[in-house]
Amino acid sequence: MAKSLLIISRQAPWSGPSAREALDIALAGGAFDLPLGMLFLDDGVFQLAPNQQPALLQQKNLAANLQALPMFGVEDLFVAASSLAERGLDPDGLGLPVQVLDDAGLTALIDRFDQVVTL
Amino acid sequence: MKFVIAVFSPGHAPSSRRALLFAQAALAGGHEIVRLFFYQDGVHSASANVVTPQDENDVPAHWREFVTAHQLDAVVCIAAALRRGVLNDEEANRYQRPAANLPVPWELSGLGQLHEAAQSADRLVCFGGD
Repeated sequence: MAKSLLIISRQAPWSGPSAREALDIALAGGAFDLPLGMLFLDDGVFQLAPNQQPALLQQKNLAANLQALPMFGVEDLFVAASSLAERGLDPDGLGLPVQVLDDAGLTALIDRFDQVVTL
Repeated sequence: MKFVIAVFSPGHAPSSRRALLFAQAALAGGHEIVRLFFYQDGVHSASANVVTPQDENDVPAHWREFVTAHQLDAVVCIAAALRRGVLNDEEANRYQRPAANLPVPWELSGLGQLHEAAQSADRLVCFGGD
């Protein structure tokens, strides 16, 4: 049986290529039909903030690429409730269908996967 | 035990040095390294153009020596490398850049190599940050 991999994305979409490179790991694994999950943690939750205008920062829009996750078979998407709360983001108004996890839920999630990559 | 070691930091970051020490210890302990995978700023750890002051630890050179001595499978992510100016001869020619800085023993390839190796290994160990 294939080993499962959880990708933890911790960087904001405007803070360099890290968010995009975490997403690329997920999309590449999805193309191989691997059992993957993706967790948005810490500043990574800013990737889910709606109505962003990255063009004002002369950046590409990551949101469109994030939308590709379910199409690549990556449907296990999670976000840390505490990270959202710390940054004043509404769990009900996010740009992607994600499961909101409390701290106990995060521990159980990480435990559930064979391997974890944090970017 | 079979390890995949992923490096996300450049040679001047302590975590790249820790990754190298871990890899050396893994082999010394009788374990196998299925693949080394250099991603994000970790591609700079493979660059042949890093010049380290003489009284400092030349981590990219030590990586190169380690990979060569043990004939390890050492993959540098091509997308991450191109973005950061880490090119082999083929890519330098393709994009008409004046220099290549990724000679043997490194191989430029895609993220599929990370997934493939992780599937065949007992442990995926990542080194990033400081």
